[in-house]
Parts: sequence; structure tokens; C-alpha cells
Amino acid sequence: MTDFSRLGVAAIRDGVANGEFKAVEVAEALNARVAAAKALNAFIVETPEKAIEAAQAVDTDRAAGKPLGKMAGVPIGMKDLFCTEGVQTTAASHILEGFVPTYESTVSANLWKAGAGMLGKLNLDQFAMGSSNETSYFGNVISPWRRNDGGNAPLAPGGSSGGSSSAIAARLCPAATGTDTGGSIRQPAAFVGISGIKPTYGRCSRWGVVAFASSLDQAGPMARDVRDCAIMLEAMAGFDPKDSTSLDLPVPAWEAGLNSDLKGKRIGIPKEYRLDGIDEDIAKMWDNGIAWLKDAGAEIVDISLPHTKYALPAYYIIAPAEASSNLARYDGVRFGLRDLPEGAGLQDMYAATRAAGFGEEVRRRIMIGTYVLSAGFYDAYYTQAQKVRTLIARDFENAWASCDLILAPTAPSAAFGLGEKTSDPLSMYLNDVFAVPASLAGLPAMSVPGGLDKQGLPLGLQIIGKALDEQAVLNAGLAIEQRSGFTAEAGEWW
Amino acid sequence: MSVDKDTVNKIARLSRIAISDAEADKMVGELNGILAWVEQLAEVDCTGVEPMTAVIPNKLRLRDDVVTDGDVRDKVLANAPAKEGSFFGVPKVIE
Amino acid sequence: MSEYRIQGNTGEWEVVIGLEVHAQVTSESKLFSGSSTGFGAEPNSHVSLVDAAMPGMLPVPNRECLRQAVRTGMAINAQINRWSRFDRKNYFYADLPQGYQISQLYHPIVGEGEIEVTLNEKDPDSAVKKIGIERIHVEQDAGKLMHDQHPTMSFVDLNRSGVALMEIVSRPDMRSPQEAGAYVKKLRSILRYVGSCDGNMEQGSMRADVNVSVRKPGGELGTRTETKNVNSIRFMMQAIEYEAQRQVDLIESGGAVVQETRLFDPNKMETRSMRSKEDAHDYRYFPDPDLLPVELDDAFLEECRASLPELPDAKRVRYEAMGLTAYNAAVLTAEAETAFWFEELLAEGVDAKQGSNWLMSELFGALNKLGKTLDESPVNPKQAAELLGLVADGTISGSIAKQVFEIMLETGQGAATIVEEKGLKQTNDTGAIEAEIAKIMAANEDKVTEYRSGKDKLFGFFVGQTMKAMQGKANPQIINDLLKKALG
Repeated sequence: MTDFSRLGVAAIRDGVANGEFKAVEVAEALNARVAAAKALNAFIVETPEKAIEAAQAVDTDRAAGKPLGKMAGVPIGMKDLFCTEGVQTTAASHILEGFVPTYESTVSANLWKAGAGMLGKLNLDQFAMGSSNETSYFGNVISPWRRNDGGNAPLAPGGSSGGSSSAIAARLCPAATGTDTGGSIRQPAAFVGISGIKPTYGRCSRWGVVAFASSLDQAGPMARDVRDCAIMLEAMAGFDPKDSTSLDLPVPAWEAGLNSDLKGKRIGIPKEYRLDGIDEDIAKMWDNGIAWLKDAGAEIVDISLPHTKYALPAYYIIAPAEASSNLARYDGVRFGLRDLPEGAGLQDMYAATRAAGFGEEVRRRIMIGTYVLSAGFYDAYYTQAQKVRTLIARDFENAWASCDLILAPTAPSAAFGLGEKTSDPLSMYLNDVFAVPASLAGLPAMSVPGGLDKQGLPLGLQIIGKALDEQAVLNAGLAIEQRSGFTAEAGEWW
Repeated sequence: MSVDKDTVNKIARLSRIAISDAEADKMVGELNGILAWVEQLAEVDCTGVEPMTAVIPNKLRLRDDVVTDGDVRDKVLANAPAKEGSFFGVPKVIE
Repeated sequence: MSEYRIQGNTGEWEVVIGLEVHAQVTSESKLFSGSSTGFGAEPNSHVSLVDAAMPGMLPVPNRECLRQAVRTGMAINAQINRWSRFDRKNYFYADLPQGYQISQLYHPIVGEGEIEVTLNEKDPDSAVKKIGIERIHVEQDAGKLMHDQHPTMSFVDLNRSGVALMEIVSRPDMRSPQEAGAYVKKLRSILRYVGSCDGNMEQGSMRADVNVSVRKPGGELGTRTETKNVNSIRFMMQAIEYEAQRQVDLIESGGAVVQETRLFDPNKMETRSMRSKEDAHDYRYFPDPDLLPVELDDAFLEECRASLPELPDAKRVRYEAMGLTAYNAAVLTAEAETAFWFEELLAEGVDAKQGSNWLMSELFGALNKLGKTLDESPVNPKQAAELLGLVADGTISGSIAKQVFEIMLETGQGAATIVEEKGLKQTNDTGAIEAEIAKIMAANEDKVTEYRSGKDKLFGFFVGQTMKAMQGKANPQIINDLLKKALG
């Protein structure tokens, strides 16, 4: 019998389409795996009935000879930042506990239309704020990976899409949605040895996605290989008139366009990403990546992105500023938690509700954001950060004169242990140092597995492309995938 | 620029987040750490640089003036913590 | 224009007034959502998930709201900014679901302009003053809180939440309650001409925040207070009067004016401090990251300009050139409603002078008696034109026209029908008139003698008698001619 947990998006889609197996069989198998993997805490809500329902619809359509969608019969995990009609949506925050949307996000609706089914809502860092999935109100997500030192210290699956990365690496689902504000798709993908792509800002609608930082938030797919990412991105993306920042462009046929021959492509290697004291394993993996791309026919060029070191500080002004305003709507009036102390007035109710409902990291970021926008500080912080952001985008523009893609590590380290960085917020923020520049410039960027470190943990290679050129990013990802020979898997200890 | 406890309390009030004395003390250190770090942005010469307005070149689309939404009171009130008839209830506000 | 002064113990004080008028933009749907703007709906029914600020909801701007703001800006000769932006104004209140109002602080859609104001717009000799407009920006209205339905709770209705407002910010150019009143009247008239706001203050579609300060004439500007949400011109003038006097009394008794937000209580005719809104406001404005900058192209601006109607000042000048008295021209153009009615009358081919005189005496008189506005007039311009046409072509006399108009008001019948049915047509039958004249002369021989011996005034008596005998239906010119002949 087929082990459905070993099949990716393409394999399930094709198997269902060709009649090799029924969609319902796949849904049942994966529902069972989800139910058996509670130790990972990857899901906040499991929705086995939704997965079955979608699968039955696909099987019925196939039996009736109707055309099937791009994701027909593929059960997926949905990051709990996407509002799903009739299914609790929390952003992993107490403040939204029990919130059941009466509407469906555009991206999730697109996926259901394409024939995908929902296994459940995936855990994440609270309001997508975090890089280790340790800020969720619903508990830490555990990575299926263990260090090869014989110990069993629980490791972070990365964040904020940590439920997504953990579930895919543990083969609970072939693919899942992620969102990326400052690396939240790429860093967790790198931490667990899977692939994930953040498309160009505006490709995927933000309508119905709980907002963190509007000018940065972008949804994207996470899966075990590049082809699966391409398929799922096609299903997720598309113009949405309900999102004013959505790009009014047709969705390219990325899967059909996959081609790992990189002849004529120039790959830029940014010298500023080679930080002093860079991890040896990371440096080695980066060199391997360069060699693989060269082998695929690409030309390697040295480039400079001079404002790189300012990207992270700029990000930590812009993202909290937007978040402080975006999260003002969680006030206990129309939905979500309300904490009304005895005799409290309206303003006291707000303060009590928000103190009780938001986790520590969310409160911290709201406070930072409030401070940098407040009277007397706005220009020095916010305006300056947006100017620096212009310079960072300009760095990339200048780089495109001499290259077509950029290759860099996804993160400066492999997965760290849970609790290792929680006492110092800054050290946690620094883990996004390579991911944030592409976010600030709105560029498509992907992480693919690049190898293992000395401790046997996965490392990710990041490919950054020109705006709207997801195809080139995917192609370079495919070229690496074909050469890296990455087949390592986490042992099934749970 | 660094913040003191009064400032932290003021920011907490503006943010409508109740904060204990101990939390405020802790936050002073954390905020100052983060602010000191982001302040390296001041070294960047931004003369003549416009703040970013749109990350990917795009034009604001304008909607036609037609009624396409609303009349969904049940949906609007479905998650209300204190629904009062057709209204949201809040503690009495004295203006 | 006016020398309005407050007499204090330490001498005269001058009042300085600036107004922020919030005008609801006339549109079918809200500024950033497709919900209806209709007035008086069931609570929370004209509310979308966007208006209720549900998680993940996003704003999409309404073209018409921006178009109306631009047209309004053009009507006050203001600078139109081709590039503008929406900003978020952050504060917490139960009527503000997003926790911020989408407004425009840094880059408003309309910049500097001005309005010419006359203290009495119906008096052509009244002095004219220019009031500067600093800006017009577009923003969201808030919802409504109801405090009287529950002992311990206030109720939130979001029907108005997200309706488009124009905030029209004046310079502190006004110096008396009367000037402020005249400014708001003129502004309302312009908005109605343009069609960008119905100007209905009772329904709240226009309200003003009133900034008042006092100073010794020509001295440094004093500290101002802002009285919020005043919703009638009369209340605004009362609020200014009260607030200016309060400030003078305060300063003269050794106190100082505090910059604060106040509320006008029309029952007590006084303003009072709004302490609930006092706690440390810091709105943390920043560009709304859910929206892109507003960029207006030539075609958009061209359409806005082309669709602007003739405005009151230009119309008045044109009417005067058409031979109307300055007074009539001023009255007919002061309100858009009147001007549009008159325009329709002209479009039906009515002579301007005849039409304006009739409208201002007959129609206004009748409406006044009926207690109706022009909008509610039982007689429309087309019907009025039919009546005036019958006078103009000599079918009926002016006095018969008055009778016919009475019947029209009562029955709604057309003028021609009434004239036909009641046989009110004017007669040119000289034989019949001559016969009546002969009878009248025979019955009044003494008066005939007196007239012939030089008492010319008696001519009017004969005209009246003849017209009466003819039941008003004779052509007055013919009566005149025949009488002159008969009396010699």
C-alpha cells in the first residue's frame, strides 16, 4: 500500500488524477498522521472532516469526468493566520481565542477552489511575531529534528511559520501555507530542511490574513520540494481587487516553466552577507551552493549590497510601527477576548483586555511601534527607516545591473534549542539578518535545503530574485535541489 | 534617545496595555536595548532620499461608487463578546 | 467687514475664529467599503466586515469620494494635489473599530484655496471678505455611541463608520460670529452647487469644529479652544459668542485659557470642557500601509473640472448682465436649490426678468404661506413656465395669472387647462369692450365731466371699472386705447 505521507503535492495530484488512488484515501492517511503527532504541537485546530469533505468532492468530480483543480486531492495545513470561515482563527493569540470568522481569506479560498483540503490550522508565533515559534499562546511547536549528539533537546522549528515547517518535515502534510514578513517562510523552511518561497509583494492577496506589518506581509507556500512550491504558489496567487496592494497581473505557469538549466543566468554573491564570524558550516554550504549553480550553467559574480547591515534595524522600526496600529482593532469590543475588571470603564477595559490577550513579544512590539511613531520621534525613527528602506531597495536595483539572482544563506545558524534565545529579544531578532532585506524590498525569495551542519541539522540556501521573477528563483532552487542530494529526514520519535 | 520608566508607562497607556510596575521595570531595559540598536540608522546619510511609499511599483486602484456590501449584521455581530440586541455593548461612556 | 468687539474691563477684545467643517461626501457607498451610506437604517445593518474592522479586512478607496473632494477644491479655486496619501490617525474609542481613522495629514488631496463671503449674501452692498481655506482632506467618519439605552452600558452602531467626510479647514480669518455664520452658509451653498455634500446639518451631514481665541485688537494670537461637533449655524454663532466672552472673563480675572477640546450645550447655551477626551492625545499619524499613494491623472482632473456647475458668484454676475436687479440676482443665487429652479425656468424659455420677479414674489410668497421649501413646491418649473407663457403671449393678464396660480397650487392642474375650463382667456373683442365703456360712461357722467376738465387721475377709475365689467379678461392695452378714444 502507498505510504501517502511520502507523496508530495505533485505526486498526490497526479495519482488522484490518474486514478491510482482516491483523494479520500490520502486525506484519511494524513488525518491519522496529524492525530498521532500531537507531541509536535504543530496544529492548533485539527479539521479532519474538512480534509475528507474536500477529498470526497474531488473524487466525485473525477468520477463525473469534471476537470480537476491544480491542487485537487491534496490535503494541506493552513497557517492559523488565514481566516477560515467557520473554523477558529487565532493568530496563535489568546486575544483571538474562540474567534470564528464568518469569511474566508482569498488565499485559502483560492486553494479550496483548486481542490486542496484542510487538515487543520497550524500553530505559529503569536501574530507571526517571532523566529522560533515560542511566542504562541497555544504552546511551542517542536521541530521533528534532533541533534546527532544523542540528546533529545527539543529544537525550534523556526518562525513564525513553525507549525507549517514542523508539520511538513514530519510528513503530516505534503505542503502548507506560510506567511513571510521578515523571513517567516524561509527561516523555518531552512530549519527543517524543506523548501518555501515568499513571492513578490502583492502576488498573494492579504485579504483575510490577520495583519502583522501590512507593507511586508506576504503569503507563500512551503513544501518538500521546489516543484510542489511552484504548484501551490500558482494556486495561491492572483489579483484580488479587495486588496489595494495586490498586483493586477496574470499568474504565470510556474510549474510548467520549471527549468534547471541556468545558462546565461548570472548569480550575485553579496559580500555584505559574509559576516565576520560566519558559521563555518554555513559558509561551506554557501560555497557548495555556488558550485552547484555554476554546474547548472550560471555565471557567478561578486556584488555589493552596501546597506545590508541597516536592514534589520529598519525592519524593527517599520514592522512594529505598522503592527502597533494593525493590532489596535483587538480591543474587546467586536470580537475576541474581553477582560472587563469590576467597575472598569471603556479605556480600562481596553488596557486589561490587551494586557491579558497579547503575549509578551506582541506587547513588546506594540510598545516599540507606539514609541517610534509618537510625537517627536516619528521623523528620527519611522521616516528615517523608510528612507533607509528606499536605499536597501536601491541596492538591489543596482545589483540587477550585474546579476539576475542572488545566492546567500537563509539564516546565520541551524535550528537552535527551544529557550536558548528567549531571554534576549535582540539575539532572536538577529536570526533574521539574511531574510529581512528581501522583505523590505518586496522581492521574491526562496529557501531550499543546502545540507546539514556538524550536528546533523538542516541548513538553507536562499535565492533572491527580481520583482515578479519567481520563475528564475524557482529554477535556481530546482538546480540546487537536483545537485545537493539532500535526502535527510528527521527520525520519527514522537 | 533612551526611555525611562515614566516613558514606558506613557507608551503603555498610549498602547492601551495595562502594565505592572515590575513589567515596566523590565521593559525599560528591553526597550533601551532595542532602541540603542536601531539607532544605528542615524548614521545613514539619507540626504535627498524619499521615504519608501510602495515597495513594488503599483498604482492605487479606485473603486466604483456602488453598494456591494453590508446588510450582514449577523456576521458582523457573530463574534461580539457583549452583543446587545443589534448593538455591540461596551461599558458606559461618559462624554 | 464687521467691527465685532467684546468690551472687557481692560478694554476691547478681538475674536479670532477658524473652522474645521466636516462635510459628508455625497456617495452611494462608503469611503473604503461597499456598504451603503443611507441614512436612518437599522443599527449595524449598513456595515461590512471591513467597516467592523474584522481581522484581515482591507480598505479599497471609492473613486467618487475623491472626485467630489477634488471638485469641491476646484470650486474654491484651491490647489489640487495630484499626489496625495492616506494616513492613519491612531486612537482608541468605541466608535472607531480599526483603532485608527484613515485620514490625510501629511499630503491632503486639496491644498490652499479661498471663499468670498458677504455678511448678508442677499444684500449686494454688503462688504466682501476673503476667507482662506488651508486644505481639504478626505477621511472616514466614526460610528455612533448610544448612552441612554442601558443603565451601565453604551451601545455601538457602526452604520456611519467609514462614511466619507471632507474636512474643510479654514484659516483663522474670521473675526465675528456673523462672519463665521456667513462663511458656513457660503460654504454650504458651494457644496450644494457642486453636489459634493447635501449640507444637511440636522442629519449631521455637515458639522463644525470651532476654534476660538481672543486677543487685544491686532495683538498676538491667544490660546485657542476647539469646540467640537457643532451642528447648526445658530449654535455655532452662540458657541463663539459664549466662548469668546468666557475667555475674556477668564483672562481679565487673572486666569489663562487652556488649549482644550470643548462641547457646546445648546440647552444651556454654553461650552464646557470635554474631560473624557483629554488624556494625552498623541495620534501617531503615519502613512496607511494598506494603501498606495493617490495619483490623479489628467483625464480625472479634466472630468472633475468639466462637470463643475456654474458657481454662485459667477451666476450672480451673469444674472445681473441679463438685466436682473442686483438684489434679485443675489437672492436667486444664494442657495443652489433656488438657482437650479430658476435655471430650469429659464430653460423652459421664460424671460429672465419676468421669471425672476414671479419666482421671488408669487412663488416665494405662496410657499411661505404654505410653509414649504422650494424642493416641496407643488408647482414645478415646467408648470410655472406654462403659466408665465400664457401671460407673455397675452392669453391671460397678470391678475388672471394670480388666480390661475392659486388654482394650480390647490389642484395641481396645468395653467392652460385651468384657463380653458374656467374661460379665463383674455379677450381682444373691441366691440364688447366698447359696449361696456359706453355703459360705464353713461352711469358716471359726473366723472366723465371731471376727467374732461383735467382730472387725469380718474383714468385709472375707468380702467378698473372696465376691467371689472369684463371680469378681468380684457386685454389691458386695448382697454387703455379704447378708453382714451372714448373719453377724448
